[in-house]
Amino acid sequence: MTAITQEAAVAVAAPPRRRAARKRIQGAPALFLAPFALLFTVFFLVPIGYAIYESLYRVHVSGLGLGPTGTVFAGFANYTQALSSSGFVSGLERVLLFGVVQIPVMLVFATLLAMLLDSAAARFQRFFRPAFFLPYGIPGVIASILWSFLYLPGLSPIVSGLKTMGFGSVNFLGVHTVLWSIANIVTWEYTGYNMLIIYAGLQAIPKELYEAARMDGASEWKIATRVKLPMVFSSVVLTAVFSIIGTLQLFSEPQVLRAVTTNISSTFTPNLDAYTQAFTANNPNEAAAIAVILAVGTFILSFGFLRLTSRRGGLGR
Amino acid sequence: MLAESTVRPERDPAPLSRTRSGRRPGPVYTKGSILTTAILFVVGIYFLLPAWWLVVSSTKGPSSLYSSEGLWFGHFDLWRNLTGLFTYNGDIYLRWLLNTVLYAGVGALLATALSAAAGFALAKYEFRGRELIFSIILGGVLVPATALALPLYLLMSKVHLTDTYWSVFLPSIVSPFGVYLARIYASASVPDELLEAARLDGAGEFRTFVSIAARIMSPALVTIFLFQFVAIWNNFFLPLVMLSNQRLYPVTLGLYSWNDQYGQAPQLVSYVIIGALVSVIPLVIAFLSLQRFWRSGLTAGSVKL
Repeated sequence: MTAITQEAAVAVAAPPRRRAARKRIQGAPALFLAPFALLFTVFFLVPIGYAIYESLYRVHVSGLGLGPTGTVFAGFANYTQALSSSGFVSGLERVLLFGVVQIPVMLVFATLLAMLLDSAAARFQRFFRPAFFLPYGIPGVIASILWSFLYLPGLSPIVSGLKTMGFGSVNFLGVHTVLWSIANIVTWEYTGYNMLIIYAGLQAIPKELYEAARMDGASEWKIATRVKLPMVFSSVVLTAVFSIIGTLQLFSEPQVLRAVTTNISSTFTPNLDAYTQAFTANNPNEAAAIAVILAVGTFILSFGFLRLTSRRGGLGR
Repeated sequence: MLAESTVRPERDPAPLSRTRSGRRPGPVYTKGSILTTAILFVVGIYFLLPAWWLVVSSTKGPSSLYSSEGLWFGHFDLWRNLTGLFTYNGDIYLRWLLNTVLYAGVGALLATALSAAAGFALAKYEFRGRELIFSIILGGVLVPATALALPLYLLMSKVHLTDTYWSVFLPSIVSPFGVYLARIYASASVPDELLEAARLDGAGEFRTFVSIAARIMSPALVTIFLFQFVAIWNNFFLPLVMLSNQRLYPVTLGLYSWNDQYGQAPQLVSYVIIGALVSVIPLVIAFLSLQRFWRSGLTAGSVKL
């Protein structure tokens, strides 16, 4: 290669040429970074900027919609409109309620499973671990389609099974139950994935720690709660942050279930609302405002959660 | 591979701890172990039951789907379903599969290459603004994909790029999380001395990266690939807003559109079911066989957090 012979020449040549080589090293990080940086700018930073810009403007229609249209600066009008519309607010409340219930349930479930798999008492780990992880390999849309069949009376073996067991006809798609049916889909999809993160944390704990605890007379329960749990705390925090981000974005599951039930409105979650505003209501400006509110909300919640827990976790570490 | 050697030793703690806690060597079926296994078994049913239903139902025609026992086989129509799936509306389903390979497979591959180069630069070179750039990229990890999709759509429609392959493909090859993982891994595992030695031997920076650093980083690169593959394959919102031409759909969007129509065309129920099964099988196999990369990557990620 010519590059190599050149470099070799540089190595034996006079000092000025060596300086040239150093200069090339200085240029290298820029070249390595450039492709990513360019795409990151175009597909991350510019859209964020554009969303903020769009959210501050509004289409102005004059003369009964027949006259010329133009955009006018609207300040925070799109934001106040979104935040005062009952659809958006109830959608936001709905995902918050969903998160407050579903995230702890799923993470406790995942932590318990990880601990059970990690414990000496568990058998057939080689079968159970992949079995629990399998749903994560199924994309959200397909998982939702699958579960929508399992919720549908006439098709679902679960509905008919519950009936023969004497529970009557359970309606998974009712006004009050459909949110929790969605929670079940999300739990089914992500428990195994979260379990794997926590399990990885458990496996990294040096086994001498357990030995030492046992020597001190700690029971298995004490070891689980006083040694294992604090040690995997940072893994659980990681799963919680991923879950918070995911919950606020809730979209595919309710969107898919709309095919089988009328109890999911077009503003069921904030993201559904944004989608409706942009494509059905033809109001991209308010949709942009909703996207910005969601992104900022996600950022504040996940970052706040990290700050909160890192202070607590700092003591344990 | 590196991950194998680092992950393997901690992979099988069971035999050791079993003798420790059970006092007697060999498998001991204590009350605790039976209870634990029973719990795991019940949980296993919860996770596997829908998959089982999918397998069973894909062998049934539309009529026996409703009439036969849900969790057991009825009239065996698997071949008819399969041929129906691949011939319905021309070769549209095959098209969707190929599109998915393109979006998720090629997309993740490119994303990995970009992330690796950027992560390596951020880990191994000193330059002004390095930490600032890294912080901005890290902020990008927390920006949800769906929040980006709408403004991206609005932008792309300005330049008439919506409803093209590029509109889904290009945004998919940017992975801030990949850069984050690549940087952590590179700074922890690629020794400066090795890079220095390569430079002294006269290798250019690009060659040093490709033939030395990237090779050491390969376990992390597999993890990045997997993460991005799943992220693209799971990103339903982006293709939904961008694409209206059915022939550009990934398989998820295609099945979703069938699922929305089966009220009008009853045979589509069977195609949705068998289509879901066919699209998921290769993925599930790849997933389960690459499990250890998930764990190694996830540990690297959580250690730093």
